[in-house]
Amino acid sequence: MKSHKSIDPAVLELLPKAALDGVETVWDRYEAQQPQCGFGTLGICCRHCVQGPCRIDPFGNGPKTGICGASADTIVARNLLRQVAGGAAAHVDHAYEAVEALELAAKGEINYNIADEKKLHQVAKGLGLEISGKSKADLAIEVVEVAYADLANHSKKPVQWLMVNAPKERIAVWESLGILPRNPDREIREAMHQTTMGMDADPVNLVLSTAKQGLVDGYSGLKLATDMQDILFGTPTPVVTEANLGVLKEDSVNLIVHGHVPLLSEKIVFWAGQLQAEARLAGASGILVSGICCSGNEVLMRKGIPLVTNFLAQELAIVTGAVDAMVVDVQCIMPSLAQVASCYHTEIITTMPIVKIPGTTHVPFTLENADQAAQEIVRRSIAAYGRRDSKKIKIPNYKRKIMAGFSVEAIIGALSTVDPVQPLKPLIDNIVNGNILGVVATVGCNNVKVTQDLNHVELVKELLKNNVLVVATGCSAHALAKAGMMNSEGTETYAGEGLKAVLTAIGQAAGLGAPLPPVLHMGSCVDNSRIGDLVTAIAHYLQVDSALLPVAASAPELQHEKALSIGTWAVTMGLTTHLGVVPPVLGSKAVTELLTAGLSDVIGGKFYVETDPQKAALGLLEDIRAKRKKLGLPN
Amino acid sequence: MRQILARSEHCLGCKSCELACAVAHSTSKNLFEAIQELKPPQKRIFVESNGELNFPLQCRQCLDSPCVHACMSGAMQFDSNTGLIQVDEQKCVGCMMCVMVCPFGVIAEISTTHKVAKCDRCQDLDYDPACVAACPTKVLEFVEVLEFAHSGRQTFLNQMKGVN
Repeated sequence: MKSHKSIDPAVLELLPKAALDGVETVWDRYEAQQPQCGFGTLGICCRHCVQGPCRIDPFGNGPKTGICGASADTIVARNLLRQVAGGAAAHVDHAYEAVEALELAAKGEINYNIADEKKLHQVAKGLGLEISGKSKADLAIEVVEVAYADLANHSKKPVQWLMVNAPKERIAVWESLGILPRNPDREIREAMHQTTMGMDADPVNLVLSTAKQGLVDGYSGLKLATDMQDILFGTPTPVVTEANLGVLKEDSVNLIVHGHVPLLSEKIVFWAGQLQAEARLAGASGILVSGICCSGNEVLMRKGIPLVTNFLAQELAIVTGAVDAMVVDVQCIMPSLAQVASCYHTEIITTMPIVKIPGTTHVPFTLENADQAAQEIVRRSIAAYGRRDSKKIKIPNYKRKIMAGFSVEAIIGALSTVDPVQPLKPLIDNIVNGNILGVVATVGCNNVKVTQDLNHVELVKELLKNNVLVVATGCSAHALAKAGMMNSEGTETYAGEGLKAVLTAIGQAAGLGAPLPPVLHMGSCVDNSRIGDLVTAIAHYLQVDSALLPVAASAPELQHEKALSIGTWAVTMGLTTHLGVVPPVLGSKAVTELLTAGLSDVIGGKFYVETDPQKAALGLLEDIRAKRKKLGLPN
Repeated sequence: MRQILARSEHCLGCKSCELACAVAHSTSKNLFEAIQELKPPQKRIFVESNGELNFPLQCRQCLDSPCVHACMSGAMQFDSNTGLIQVDEQKCVGCMMCVMVCPFGVIAEISTTHKVAKCDRCQDLDYDPACVAACPTKVLEFVEVLEFAHSGRQTFLNQMKGVN
């Protein structure tokens, strides 16, 4: 049966159960919201002052400006800047917590280790710090001081984390546009100021500030967070596990980690391991930790923890009746979880001071009490196991084997089995000769406006068939994992001949005895930094601007402000960035034109909006071929 | 016969009905495309406010039809098949007589053609009014008068609770 809700068979199996159990899901609430407000959809509603709300008539009969005189162009551009600043704020806040954790870990004040000294050295070296003769802890403190200095920068000096990590050609472009960020917090504050009543009315200036927020997101959010987390918990290496709701085990205590930050989920994984005996005493075969969203991706990448499902089906995980506890940290957590869980025995546990949901249990998590909090959470899940109602259990028998853990270091590790001296060479040679047509990064969310996973999967199928190597993060990675695109069989099924030959050769050289998967899972949403690093490394190797590379990005089912800020960063990197859902900007022709065309003259990248995944694939292929042609590569 | 009726006390003045009306009378019938059409589509519903009350108003399809009587070109006609008053755009000469006599002020001028437009009950959508579907607070209803009156009586009785 075709469904407009999802292509995931596990989801389709659980939806009737949800209805039968009287559970309202995200799809029901979406239905109840129809039709959605046209003014909001077009981005021409302004609520920035209390004289409003003001709306512009998109058909030109009614008001052409808000009460203050702001035009549709101003209103759309201001709204967009605020949304992108919101996304950047989420990532910078995330990164800040990781910096704090590294500081306290280095000082020995909390029970976290510095797991990856190699990464610490790599980051320190990048920052220009002297490494020799320093202890791990001392060097970590120095790294932390640089990170803190960015956040306390009162001068006009640009963010250091950007200056040492971004491609030089790009830095020159950003400098010429005056969009190099100084201090991430200051830029976010400034964006809020710039968009308040009686401030900036110039759509071009506002869009440039939006681009600056993209840089804040990319370097003081994503890159900083990944660097800190790798140092603390280790840089991912290839792991094999499974994805989809079928990973849940009926006879285990099922504890799901959901959210985005690994600080807690790492501890949960550790303590679940330690407390297996208690679970067995409670009658279970053990404790199974599995993940949703990016907390899931973080512990998948580093610990091989299986993935339960992605954003849109977080409620349905509970509908299985087999989830004993779901512990959440920050971002993408539907408040509806409390309501869904009230129909079952599942305990929803919030942990962060800025994420509390009425009707759930709150176990305060701090870096200092991390072990106690994690133990309490694991024990609560064991206790909840005893309250299960066996009649309500239904675990769909769908799961796919996946290989994940492809950090840049891991990719280079695999490539160095082919060429130990110049590991990037085999990849780049194959891009040059056309075996690999290009690289597309698919990132971001599910969006209830799109049949769950459909855009991700259909787009990527078409790209792989045309020999495009796909790297993925976030809920896009989950979607592709569930669809069987992250294992060797996926290469046989989906990859075009050229791509298949390359993946097979690398797989053999790396001792896998099988091809690499056609889609490389590079991690969580903050790990889009890894994709940025890869693009930067390729550009550096070829000595060309990243804007010239046959590389593109796509957020096929974006919903979150974070996806907009990540996408904005990709555009500033010079990439054509596809959006599979129309962002709320069409109410201004000028802003739409700037984002989808005008901006590319000055910054190299642009947004490309196409809701049909087949057409989007063709559009991206055309873009890649055009870039290849410019570089003089065969098509 | 079903009529478009309103519980105006719940109208928040969001104008969603106005947008939906314009889209329903566009060529594409799709918001994203409708805003780019060369001839912008004309809405035929008006959220009117006097500061205290918001009211989404459209053609009431009056039986005495002053607009039909005032129309000298025969554009404004009573369609006996549907029982609705419709405008024949071909015949309209743009004299605006109907606009002057309409007691509700719900006949609009199409800015690009200077002819008139009014609610046609969403003829193009099989008489399924877009404004009703778009109303987030369910102010607008497309119902049998009997049914609407019945629910009005129920509301009245509820208000009377405790009075006697």
